[in-house]
Amino acid sequence: MTRVVGLTGVTKEYAGGVTALREVDLTVEEGELVGIVGPSGSGKSTLLHIVGTLDRPTYGTVEIAGFDVAALSDRELSALRARHVGFVFQAFHLVPGVSARDNVAEGLLYSGMPRAVRRRRADEALARVGLADRAGHRPHELSGGQKQRVAIARAVVGEPDLLLADEPTGALDTASGESVMELLHELSAAGATIAVITHDTEVADRLPRRVRLRDGAVVEDVLGRVPDRVGGNVPGRAHGLVAGGAGADA
Amino acid sequence: MARRRPARGGDGTGPEGTSQGGTVQEGTGGAGTGTRPRLVAARLSPRDVLHVGSGGLRSRPLRVVLSALGIAIGIATMISVIGVSASSEEQLMRRLDQLGTDMLVATPGKSVFSGEEVELSRNAVGQVARIDGVQHAGATGTVDADVRRNARIPADDGVGVSVQAASEGLLKVVRGEVGSGTWLNGATGRYPAVVLGHVSAERLGVGRAGQQVWLGDRYFTVVGILDPLPLAPELERSALVGWDAAEELLGFDGHPTAVYERSASDAVSAVRDLLPATIDPQNPQDIEVTDPSAKLQARAASEGAFDSLLLGLGGIALLVGGVGVANTMIISVLERRYEIGLRRSLGAARGQIRIQFVTESLLLSGLGGAVGVVLGAAATALFAHVDGLPWVVPAWSVAGGFGATLLIGTLAGLYPAVRAARLSPTLALHAV
Repeated sequence: MTRVVGLTGVTKEYAGGVTALREVDLTVEEGELVGIVGPSGSGKSTLLHIVGTLDRPTYGTVEIAGFDVAALSDRELSALRARHVGFVFQAFHLVPGVSARDNVAEGLLYSGMPRAVRRRRADEALARVGLADRAGHRPHELSGGQKQRVAIARAVVGEPDLLLADEPTGALDTASGESVMELLHELSAAGATIAVITHDTEVADRLPRRVRLRDGAVVEDVLGRVPDRVGGNVPGRAHGLVAGGAGADA
Repeated sequence: MARRRPARGGDGTGPEGTSQGGTVQEGTGGAGTGTRPRLVAARLSPRDVLHVGSGGLRSRPLRVVLSALGIAIGIATMISVIGVSASSEEQLMRRLDQLGTDMLVATPGKSVFSGEEVELSRNAVGQVARIDGVQHAGATGTVDADVRRNARIPADDGVGVSVQAASEGLLKVVRGEVGSGTWLNGATGRYPAVVLGHVSAERLGVGRAGQQVWLGDRYFTVVGILDPLPLAPELERSALVGWDAAEELLGFDGHPTAVYERSASDAVSAVRDLLPATIDPQNPQDIEVTDPSAKLQARAASEGAFDSLLLGLGGIALLVGGVGVANTMIISVLERRYEIGLRRSLGAARGQIRIQFVTESLLLSGLGGAVGVVLGAAATALFAHVDGLPWVVPAWSVAGGFGATLLIGTLAGLYPAVRAARLSPTLALHAV
């Protein structure tokens, strides 16, 4: 398997002496669906920034899609984000007053593709998230779940090596949240490498791998879907999933 | 993604053997061990730059109008100040073209010996007409008489109208037009008939030919009223009577006091040199030669000189407009921190964020400039229409106005754009 994310000894200190991450080692292989879980203040946002190359670590090395981030300039990092990393945000961040198609096409704006190609690919991406019939709708005409699907289409339209989802269900009701998580599972099943950052253990527990953060350090890195300590799970279902094993999405 | 992965597995290339958005990556060994090709940031096409730069404007039309307004007012003021001046100048220059610059006037100066005003010879006009190149010649002679509306007006109640004897050829030389009635001819020139300049007609209350005025000690019939004579304003304030009538009825001595001549354009300077000696061979230094068109040209130049106070006001308005644009841009950057973060996460480099905001600022001020040019040109057109002037908006003023606008747009947008580009890209993730 190919390593998409490789963090070694990553420490992030902010001005004022706050240490957000301590000596984090994390490897994500191609095709994995990883949950990065932790309460607020655990450093998971900082980890997301560093994995997403939006920020650089104070110490340690970061390798994304085979590139050593420390060696890259701002321009090169931007190109890395444009072609190899896709982001999904809690607040969607769709451009208001612009159709879903154009919002998705915006995900390819900095990739150098001609406009017509961007729009065609946007339509394809919308079809992939089940919103082919909403391409002409503007964000205010879409439900929360649909907005997040558009945002996911925008993130995957460039076929990135890594999809980072930051609390993708945080602004959604349970049903919409479930459908968004289902979509992420589908994308994962089709081969995408996805990291979901969440504080919601219910969401996390359904992911095949969980990296638990506390006070800036990785305290747990578990494969397998159903930890026994989580209550409320139907035993039978849990059993089946455990049998499925880590990383196997089928 | 869904489409790519199976293809990858199928063709058996390395997992990194992928081509996206123009970067071609050579398949190498495992990640981290092999050397990857350099990442090259894609350039935005001009159309994309324009689209991205106008995005912020499209979503806030009212603010666009208000902040472009300052620039528009400044540019409109400057364009109209320059346009009105240019229109006035153009008017005079056109008149000048029409009237010609080939007329000279010879008048007696003061004798260098006696200090007294010299007299021109009675046949000065005939002599001048014989100079090579002279096409028309005419003369006026001051008559010692006054003119009044009627006999009941007291003599000392002068209206500032001088009585002049005029030779028949005078009208042709000054290219005058008779507005009402006719010019003096061989017949009327012998009788108590008078032609009034348009100023004197006004002062004497004469509206049309046919009325009578009290001139010397008798009534003269007004046979004609002249249209304005820009090249000979002294005639506009005169009452012109025939040469013979002046001698016979008003005691005129027959010596001209001004000789007018018009020559071919290329002969003007030669004629100018010959005039004094032709008129008074003994004392050519006593003859003054003037070129009335030169005065008119000087006046045109001064009309064309625009009011620097108004221009300065326009400049201040422009400056204030520029500050307004800068202000709007700074607010725009503050408001759109999330958008900036989003664009950074989508792969925008700092330079592309800078370009986006400079473009926005340029569009904003450019819009103001365009509206200002249109408003300024319209104001000039209105002014020109009301005053009956030709409508002239110099191209250099439009180009200069636009240039100033673009300069202001760049200056106003640069600082906010640099600030936007320096924002941490993690901002988009700190949402809500």
